[in-house]
Amino acid sequence: MATFHAYARPDGSAGIRNHVAVIPSVACANGVVAAIAREVPEVVPLPHGHGCGRGGEDLGLHFKTLANLARNPNVYAVLVVGLGCEVIKAQYLAERMSHGGKSVEFFNIQDVGGSRRAAAKGVEIVRGMLGGAAKQERVPFPLSAVVLGLECGGSDAFSGVTANPSVGLAADWLVEEGGTAIFTETTEMIGTSHILERRSKDETVASEVASRIAAAEGRANDILGPMAAQVIAPGNMDGGMSSIREKSLGCILKGGSSTINEVVDYAEPPREKGLVIMDGPGYDVESITGLAAAGCQLMIFTTGRGNPIGFPLLPVIKVASNSRLYRGMEDDMDINAGAVLEGATLQDVAGEIKALILRVIDGEKTKAEINRQDGILCLYTVTPAF
Amino acid sequence: MRPNALIINEADNVAVTLEDIRKGEPVYLNDGRQIAAADDLPFSHKVALRDLARGEDILKYGEIIGQAKKDIKSGDWVHVHNLVVED
Repeated sequence: MATFHAYARPDGSAGIRNHVAVIPSVACANGVVAAIAREVPEVVPLPHGHGCGRGGEDLGLHFKTLANLARNPNVYAVLVVGLGCEVIKAQYLAERMSHGGKSVEFFNIQDVGGSRRAAAKGVEIVRGMLGGAAKQERVPFPLSAVVLGLECGGSDAFSGVTANPSVGLAADWLVEEGGTAIFTETTEMIGTSHILERRSKDETVASEVASRIAAAEGRANDILGPMAAQVIAPGNMDGGMSSIREKSLGCILKGGSSTINEVVDYAEPPREKGLVIMDGPGYDVESITGLAAAGCQLMIFTTGRGNPIGFPLLPVIKVASNSRLYRGMEDDMDINAGAVLEGATLQDVAGEIKALILRVIDGEKTKAEINRQDGILCLYTVTPAF
Repeated sequence: MRPNALIINEADNVAVTLEDIRKGEPVYLNDGRQIAAADDLPFSHKVALRDLARGEDILKYGEIIGQAKKDIKSGDWVHVHNLVVED
């Protein structure tokens, strides 16, 4: 059986990176988090815009997302920086984050004498954590320990012809090896419910697939009007797409052809292995946060127009759907699936993707990691702010 | 000849063009077959691989993407003018 080398976590999972994360419980702590990261650039700061001022549904969603991000296998240890008066309390967040046995510390800026003292305290804590991380060595794991996230963004007419089917073949390979592949973006499954239901492992999963896609279609109608699900963008039409189903078919190809074993909520780690659907938004930056919180150690992101984003905690492999993009943004693209338009087969490109996955899980950096495509953490929200 | 149209799944009855192909020009498929373009075929659009009767399912990605709105001939451009989603 194929193996790779990763950092063993107390919960049994395999970290392909060994990060110390600094997470604010609320946006008001972002400044202290940034100060800590300026002083100790080896940490991964995860600033975000939430933690307070929202309805209960969003607060629960954000609490879960932040907690599960900290529990991502690529995270060695976590410092939670709280303000003190916010709704999402640093103490409760830290407690939930430590459930898997991970080292987690927290403090509140209001309790430690203001932002400068808080930053100094944070620096001391993360230096200790980084010292511990440096002592850890990679150990062998089977490929079944890999959880791969699948995403597409900035798509073009060839995303569904070159990049997504190549990625789908790689996803099939990982599933055959006993690993897990998660695809998401429920809005981009509209029109393909019958296919995904047919591919579900049993009736429970099939009805879950159907209800999630129907809900996404309902939300699209609420936001965009009653014809939303029937109408595709003029650019899609010009690009040769004749129906919403045709467009969605191109999107779901990145999940490959395996049986769908489970449907999970946004930011929820799957219990099953194999191919899994995560219900979630089509907006890439929120979607990849959800995949990271679901426990993916790496992601593949296909793009036709050229989206450079990565994710702070994990390697993102960028697959270009056409050669013009690959050559035009070579510093951001890892794989050129456009080779399919020039005589290569989908299997050729899938082979390149598999080989790169094996190198990346063993430690090789992707272009997005080299470029430090970190940025702000975007959290999915379902209710308005007040 | 290097293909200028790609059949994505062997069950498909349409292929995707990899360049603009003018009416009458050859369409070189990735399975080695060759057909003639019956219309001007825009880049990244669909071409019929065989004659399709009105109402017949149109398959791409090995799945039904719609039905023929009218009789379609081999080499015809397939798009919203002759493809309808009936369900």
